[in-house]
Amino acid sequence: MALVYTEEHEMLCEAAKGFLQEKSPVTEFRALRDNQDPLGFSRKLWQEMAEMGWAGILVEEQYGGLDFGFTGAALILEEMGRTLCASPFLSSSVIAATALRFGSETLKENWLPRIASGEAVIALALEEGVKHDPPATSMVAEKSGNGYCLNGSKTYVFDGLDADGLLVLARSSGEAGQENGLSLFMVDGAAKGLSYGATKLLDSRNYAAVSFDNVEVSGGDLIGEEGAGLAMLEPAMNAGRIGLAAEMFGCASQCFETTTEYLKERKQFGQVIGSFQGLQHRSAHLYSELELVKSAVIKAGQDFEKNPEHSGMIASLAKAKAGEVAVLAANETVQMLGGIGMTDELDAGLYMKRIRAAQELLGDYAFHANRFAKWRGF
Amino acid sequence: MEDLVAFQIETRNWLQENCPQSMRKPMRSEFDACWGGRDWVFASEDQKLWLQRMGAKGWTAPEWPKEYGGGGLNKEQAKILKAELAKIKARPALLSFGVWMLGPALLKFGSEEQKKQFLPPIVRGGIRWCQGYSEPGAGSDLASLQTKCEDKGDHYLINGQKVWTSYADQSDWIFCLVRTNRDAKKHLGISFILFDMASEGVSTKPITLISGKSPFCETFFDDVKVPKQQLVGTLDRGWDIAKYLLTHEREMIGGSSDGSMGGRGIGEIAVSALGANENGELVDSALRSKIATAELDGWAFLLTMERSKDEAKAGHGIGARSSMLKYYGTELNKRRYELMMASKGLSALEWEGEASNDGQLPRQWLRTKGNSIEGGTSEVQLNIISKRILGLPDPKVN
Repeated sequence: MALVYTEEHEMLCEAAKGFLQEKSPVTEFRALRDNQDPLGFSRKLWQEMAEMGWAGILVEEQYGGLDFGFTGAALILEEMGRTLCASPFLSSSVIAATALRFGSETLKENWLPRIASGEAVIALALEEGVKHDPPATSMVAEKSGNGYCLNGSKTYVFDGLDADGLLVLARSSGEAGQENGLSLFMVDGAAKGLSYGATKLLDSRNYAAVSFDNVEVSGGDLIGEEGAGLAMLEPAMNAGRIGLAAEMFGCASQCFETTTEYLKERKQFGQVIGSFQGLQHRSAHLYSELELVKSAVIKAGQDFEKNPEHSGMIASLAKAKAGEVAVLAANETVQMLGGIGMTDELDAGLYMKRIRAAQELLGDYAFHANRFAKWRGF
Repeated sequence: MEDLVAFQIETRNWLQENCPQSMRKPMRSEFDACWGGRDWVFASEDQKLWLQRMGAKGWTAPEWPKEYGGGGLNKEQAKILKAELAKIKARPALLSFGVWMLGPALLKFGSEEQKKQFLPPIVRGGIRWCQGYSEPGAGSDLASLQTKCEDKGDHYLINGQKVWTSYADQSDWIFCLVRTNRDAKKHLGISFILFDMASEGVSTKPITLISGKSPFCETFFDDVKVPKQQLVGTLDRGWDIAKYLLTHEREMIGGSSDGSMGGRGIGEIAVSALGANENGELVDSALRSKIATAELDGWAFLLTMERSKDEAKAGHGIGARSSMLKYYGTELNKRRYELMMASKGLSALEWEGEASNDGQLPRQWLRTKGNSIEGGTSEVQLNIISKRILGLPDPKVN
């Protein structure tokens, strides 16, 4: 498959760009932050996105979605990254929608139409420590009647505050550190025994610490087989990783373009600073790196669309490379803007914070480089 | 569509009948390649036959017009030919700077007489060409070249020196950049001229590199007389031709990075040399993470090469982006070879001996250092990206 976008994709991209620039420019995100919005995103704006079909972009038509394909979702995320749009798109429409593909018919009927309509926001309750490490999961899922009883706590649950549903990885057997013995559950966000606390991170998004105190779930809420939860969750995590790579590519591209324009305007020593070779070569290097990220993101999107169950290596490539280069782009932006780049008035810091968080979520560079190396046999 | 199917069948049959069996094996080394030329000594009767047959068909230059000896194929047909050749693992019948570089320049800038005179012998492999660009005082600043070309009424007289002329000592003719105007701005006083290396006053001297033997030569011109009709394009406007050709060259060098996807990576090489722990991970964890980074970049770079080709097919020229590929590809390759050397430790240092195939790895490692210099240094590529792609202004000269 050629590594270029189809006409359909180009049209979607243009539409997304237009919509986001009008409805969700960076000033909107800044306002959410300044007003300390408890949710970290606008439900109203999310509804509008849902009406455009975005919330159900990966949901099959029979459940009210567009079934447009993953490349389209990645393109939307790239544009969202450009304007720092805050929405539950990644959590709900990309990660949860992918995980539910492997769920029972009842689960699909219960959740997918509500994801597609934007009515339900679903968050992934996965991490328990400070580094992405799914096998380390120790939350307990104990057999209880026909169902399970969940006990433990999850941290840094992205879009977890006020979530209508939680995708939960819990241990039904074995010990923390083992890949086997984990099970994946779809839990109602309002289930008895759940309690939520807000976690304020530097990127001003919605994160929750969620504790589970004898939360009862039915056997029907299990996605896939008991004990095979990690394998069940793998495609959804890869969708999230590629999505984050696309979002970071959007953030980094915006940083780079803004900085390049600034280099053509800002004068020091009687000339525009963009005429200095010291800055030119760094810009040209960053341009080259961004070209590599773009290729990896497109390829990852296409491969995931074709074969979501075997997308681990390409997802790791995209996530690692995008994270590395986006961090470089953010750092170069602040450095090249100089003193004003350090001020809160400019957007550079907002991009730097978003990128910092995104490169950490679902595995940082070292995590994915390690995975990549294992796949490559060393 | 039907025509293409017919062409494919016809091509397959022709190759079946005409490609000698011994030419259907991959080349073992550069010595298996055929460069043609007046003094070429064929390695085998099959090599000679293969070149003669392909040359007669014009398929050494499949897309050049038939009237100049080319194959006259359109893009689709050329693609089919390439695929059919690959299917039987056919060796290239001819490697040629004439086909890769001079030919495209002559087709775009040459006169009708020049095309008729020079293109057919290139296709048949009868004349081997070399490229006279760099000079001792004109490397990155190529346009400051000084080789003098004077108008002597019925001929030109050339005096000066070129350097890094690949295979000058084995070539029959040279395409050369010379200064025809000393008063004009440096880019506007250069001409593109062709002449016979057997002309009186031409001499060459091979250059030994840090990696050992090399195809490079120094080339000297001492009162070389050149007929006037051998100047290509407009007098003093040879720089346009040079730029056109350099873009081709960059794509070739950037594209030769050998970190092939799915192939044996550096990681595997390191594991077989140094060993792995019980988890199958390379024992040296610091080296392992460096290799992982280089491999990630290698894959992302190969995807970028692929994307550039796909975009070119979709009608977007790659233009100055060839500078990005050249820059990144050659710098990456240097990193990769550093890691391969590290992976083999002391054994990577062997310079002579059977185990190392006479130091193949360290010689390649040393050779990669030149890839980011030849065809425009990495720094020149970064300048081109800054100016042509990012639109950043030229530095102000005080």
